[in-house]
Amino acid sequence: MQPFTTLDGLVVPLDRANVDTDAIIPKQFLKSIKRTGFGPNLFDEWRYLDQGQPGQDCSQRPLNPDFVLNHDRYQGAEVLLARRNFGCGSSREHAPWALADYGIRAVVAPSFGDIFYNNCLKNGLLPIALSEEAVQQLFEEVEANPGYRLQIDLPEQTVTTPSGEVLRFDIDDFRKHCLINGLDEIGLTLQHADEIRAYEQRRNQQAPWLFGNG
Amino acid sequence: MAGKTLYDKLWDAHVVRHNDDGSTLLYIDRHLVHEVTSPQAFEGLRLAGRQPWRVSASLAVADHNVPTTDRSQGISDPVSRLQVETLDSNCRAYGITEFDMNDPRQGIVHVIGPEQGATLPGMTVVCGDSHTSTHGALGALAFGIGTSEVEHVLATQTLMQHKSKAMLVSVDGEIGPGVTAKDIVLAIIGEIGTAGGTGYAIEFGGDAIRALSVEGRMTVCNMAIEAGARCGMVAVDDKTIDYVKGRPFAPKADVWEQAVAAWRELKSDADAEFDRVVRLNAADIKPQVSWGTSPEMVAPVDGAVPNPFKESDPVRKSGMARALEYMGLEPETPITEIKIDRVFIGSCTNSRIEDLRAAASVIKGRKVAASVKQAMVVPGSGLVKRQAEEEGLDKVFLEAGFEWREPGCSMCLAMNADRLESGERCASTSNRNFEGRQGHGGRTHLVSPAMAAAAAIAGHFVDVRSF
Ligand code: SF4
Repeated sequence: MQPFTTLDGLVVPLDRANVDTDAIIPKQFLKSIKRTGFGPNLFDEWRYLDQGQPGQDCSQRPLNPDFVLNHDRYQGAEVLLARRNFGCGSSREHAPWALADYGIRAVVAPSFGDIFYNNCLKNGLLPIALSEEAVQQLFEEVEANPGYRLQIDLPEQTVTTPSGEVLRFDIDDFRKHCLINGLDEIGLTLQHADEIRAYEQRRNQQAPWLFGNG
Repeated sequence: MAGKTLYDKLWDAHVVRHNDDGSTLLYIDRHLVHEVTSPQAFEGLRLAGRQPWRVSASLAVADHNVPTTDRSQGISDPVSRLQVETLDSNCRAYGITEFDMNDPRQGIVHVIGPEQGATLPGMTVVCGDSHTSTHGALGALAFGIGTSEVEHVLATQTLMQHKSKAMLVSVDGEIGPGVTAKDIVLAIIGEIGTAGGTGYAIEFGGDAIRALSVEGRMTVCNMAIEAGARCGMVAVDDKTIDYVKGRPFAPKADVWEQAVAAWRELKSDADAEFDRVVRLNAADIKPQVSWGTSPEMVAPVDGAVPNPFKESDPVRKSGMARALEYMGLEPETPITEIKIDRVFIGSCTNSRIEDLRAAASVIKGRKVAASVKQAMVVPGSGLVKRQAEEEGLDKVFLEAGFEWREPGCSMCLAMNADRLESGERCASTSNRNFEGRQGHGGRTHLVSPAMAAAAAIAGHFVDVRSF
């Protein structure tokens, strides 16, 4: 996994609540058996005027000029500013894959869908939950200031605005540690292989039907 | 000390270790696998040179991409075909049991798990699919995971988890005639919102839930994720045990008795404390119809599309206005005046035998309205289909003008050929009315099977209670 420590990134505001994972990456692109290449189809239904198909050359497609990702001032954005319950809906990890592939490294919103939040952390993408008021303020500042950037510091758990205002966010220690060091969680878990085996033995005594016995 | 909730009991029984930071390594009993969210996990396993920890814990099935028409020619879309073939070859390579596309037991992953007894009370059940919450209806701890977690479960049979808070949603009293499990869960989501359950594990209780069949409880738990909760669950009772008995993967003989004794404990203690309790009065619940692009946007069938101008919260107001524009609806239109183009009866929410019986009983001897372009029934599994055919339900549907299809996810998310055209309006028994969910520009209204059937006959929504 790509480590995440600090980021100084341009912010793109997506002013909608309850953005679901179907909107982040529509189902026709889920047929891929790879983890990469989803970036051109991020927010496909909102971003293009035609209907996207897998394997298409997206550079030839008509862009929706009203969609924020297509505005000149937000090109190269690495921070997505969003509204409440971002990433609700399906478990598709293709959603964080698409965001990361597009170039987004952090998403700031008042709240996230649970599975999406987890999936982001497994892909070096940092979801940052701030209060509704803080997010509202950031929306206003982004819209008023072209070139608006946020400085994100994961070790310090802070977001700093261009005016120097510091906003703190929460993240649990284990996930933070994995993200900062780009750690492979499976490798970490396998360090406890003996404990997993001991659990299985114990459990098999109590509930043999769970292990296909009986 | 307060007693334990059902969630506490399920959680505690699966703790492999507690980590210093408060997270838990949780053991996973059953891993269900489908073609869309697994290829990258198998690839990761292969690249790291790892083997599955315990292959007998996994059961795989192709459901999202499969055609629901004649399958003898295989899958015509090459991209879908590759994904299904990739599942087949991964299962073969690792020795994982798979119901392939032509297996009579094939069906939607969340229908076949309980149907086979592969989901049992007291289990932890995961799948790379958010509607894994369905399996909680059997008194299991069941939740959806992403592909990295699929790989983690394959490699270690565990997951690193944080315990959620516990919520009780109690539906008290009795539901009226014509009101179903689907209406209950839509009403719950309408009440608490699509983020109301975020961070919680929901236990559904109360007389109205106890009165539901296990299949009805699956419909309710299926949509826990639509309320933002990763898992929903219902305590074990006689109905649960009767449901499980005799299923292919269920325990037999002496072990059966031992299992039943353990399962009897799977309920919240009388003095258990929940972090949040929500109560609904069952008698107040009417048949529900969603009008917007989020499952919380629902109204009773005798109600009307709301007016965004009457909403004070600005984020909610703009969401409503956008939803109405997408849905092509005017504020304050009575629900029963909304005309539909297509009808879809299927999905892991409502494609089990009772759902098909409920729909068939409404349409028996009637015809699909001429204005409806297509009405289709997609059974949840090959075994549901066979059962329905034995009961003659297929004839009822066909005579009324419905199509009778092969099992799969179908128009629930339109990854196969079954989809809405832009602007078309569908009465659907599925669980998500997101923009584009059933096809680019398609408009979904979530309803119960009986309500979908009645809408097919009338050509617009009608109150099934007086139909
Ligand atoms: S039926 Fe629909 S919701 Fe259920 S698993 Fe299939 S696609 Fe997902």
